[in-house]
Amino acid sequence: MSEPLLEVANLVKHFSVKEGVLVDRTVDRVKAVDDVSLTVGKGETLGLVGESGSGKSTLCRAALQLLPPTSGSVRFEGQEIVGLSRRQLRPLRRQMQMVFQDPYASLNPRKRIGQIVGDPLRLQGVAAGAELRRQVQELLERVGLSAEHYDRFPHEFSGGQRQRIGIARALAPKPKLIVADEPVSALDVSIQAQIVNLLDDLQDELGLTYLFVAHDIAVVRHISDRIAVMHKGRLVETGSADQVCERPADPYTRQLLASVPIPDPRESRARRQATLGST
Amino acid sequence: MSSQPLLSVGDLRVGFATEGGRLQAVDGVGFDLAPGEVLAIVGESGSGKSVTAQTILGLTRSPDSVIEGSVRLGGAELLNAGEAELRKVRGARVGMIFQDPMTSLNPVYRVGAQIVEAIRAHEPGTSKEEARERAIELLRSVGIAEAAQRVGDYPHEFSGGMRQRAMIAMALALEPEVLIADEPTTALDVTVQAQILRLLEDLNRSRNLATILITHDLGVVAEVADRVLVMYAGKVVEEGTLDQIFYDPQHPYTWGLLGSLSRLDRPRPQRLPQIGGAPPSLLAPPTGCAFRPRCPHEFGKCAEVPALDGRLPEAAAHRDRCWLDPEQKAERRQVEGGIGLEAPS
Repeated sequence: MSEPLLEVANLVKHFSVKEGVLVDRTVDRVKAVDDVSLTVGKGETLGLVGESGSGKSTLCRAALQLLPPTSGSVRFEGQEIVGLSRRQLRPLRRQMQMVFQDPYASLNPRKRIGQIVGDPLRLQGVAAGAELRRQVQELLERVGLSAEHYDRFPHEFSGGQRQRIGIARALAPKPKLIVADEPVSALDVSIQAQIVNLLDDLQDELGLTYLFVAHDIAVVRHISDRIAVMHKGRLVETGSADQVCERPADPYTRQLLASVPIPDPRESRARRQATLGST
Repeated sequence: MSSQPLLSVGDLRVGFATEGGRLQAVDGVGFDLAPGEVLAIVGESGSGKSVTAQTILGLTRSPDSVIEGSVRLGGAELLNAGEAELRKVRGARVGMIFQDPMTSLNPVYRVGAQIVEAIRAHEPGTSKEEARERAIELLRSVGIAEAAQRVGDYPHEFSGGMRQRAMIAMALALEPEVLIADEPTTALDVTVQAQILRLLEDLNRSRNLATILITHDLGVVAEVADRVLVMYAGKVVEEGTLDQIFYDPQHPYTWGLLGSLSRLDRPRPQRLPQIGGAPPSLLAPPTGCAFRPRCPHEFGKCAEVPALDGRLPEAAAHRDRCWLDPEQKAERRQVEGGIGLEAPS
């Protein structure tokens, strides 16, 4: 593996379950992320798979300091970022951007595309005025939209186009790491492949590092160099994409893989025969 | 297939008046469904698959919709049936389950009470106790452990998979002949999805239940369907048996769908094959074949809408809407690694 960009060590995120009318008492804790360690190398794609509630999204948010971790360490380019103040984090935020699942909910409906993509640049003082416009239009073209889309509103775009806008926004501050949380699961099948290929191309062109989160193992396997499997807040298996998918070591990973429907009637029938025979 | 179909949909058209103009959501869809058969309707958002299903039960009726064609259940026409008559069909003869079990169960009523209500609404003679016994039996039959205790739970006390099982129990409460399942496993995790698919398959076999399964997931289709309709922009573009659709697909859109699947059981391709462009707007559909703007095999004739015809001499029931002749199709769909949609070289 290449030099590490993001190193997460013994990360823990608990949520308190509270009860009480006037005074909240903590009655229980949900261990959303329970002692997770992983490393993402420069230029690498680490896929994170798991079912809903397994803690994938919480792990991403705690790693990016969008949620304060309960304990543990997160290093970005060697620098410890847990415990930094908001002010200290600000220059680092540029380096770590996020792409979200739902392109309908993650774009402000009242802002024009130019603003949505350009605001991070403007607020970080990277560019302004005509130069800002030029940079944003270049980004729009890079993600497969056109410069004329600058003055349009989100509702004028399809789901796939909106996800391209979300990607352009994430690329705007020239990040090193992109955390993509279920970036294709809300999209139609024929559009999913377009977005996966776009992310692939951008990685080649810009040398990006991805933490790619999804519940669809087939998609994760396609895009990832390595895969980490989460179950109930813990990491149960990490390995190369082919190794995890073809020779899974953990029983939970095996169960997960066996549940993925095979889009091939003959093989699907054969597998059902085999499972009927074994039970 | 038996001579008399259980459900017969003929030339169904559903249009909606919207602010942007008239939108033809379903444009001439027809199919027959036999007892015990599982028909999958496959398509992307906006293809008209859900509107077709909802129209069967009269759920798209509104002052803004125009519905034409016919929906016959056991010979009786449903499209012009009155609301009172439809109410006797819904649930009792045709059950329906929806994608999101959290929004289709009432959060303030206990799960059991919702099943009891459905039973007693259709069978007023049933006592509360009897209906409750049946609710418990139903929950048990769809695999809910300790059904007698869980019957008193509220929906939020159930997990996602259990809620979908409860929805299925409710849909089966009145022993319908037809089950319409609209994306029944899309909101579920894969391990739970596998269980629900097995359950649907068992019910289909044990009750001879005719099922319409609406999905965008070809993996799910391969696991449970007998026959498949592929829909695009309100029309059926291809129809055939499960094996015909997967191993001898005739329409380029079907090639594209099959080609763009990421498969765990195959080596990884360098790039995922993709279908370019986006599904058309139904407010301003393209003239001619609706798939034409995205199709690399488009040629002059595609400016005319192709009829849904059996174009293969040996398989008349395998029908498609593409002007290419079968030999051309057999050649052009072959891409490296199997079937796909690629520009001819």
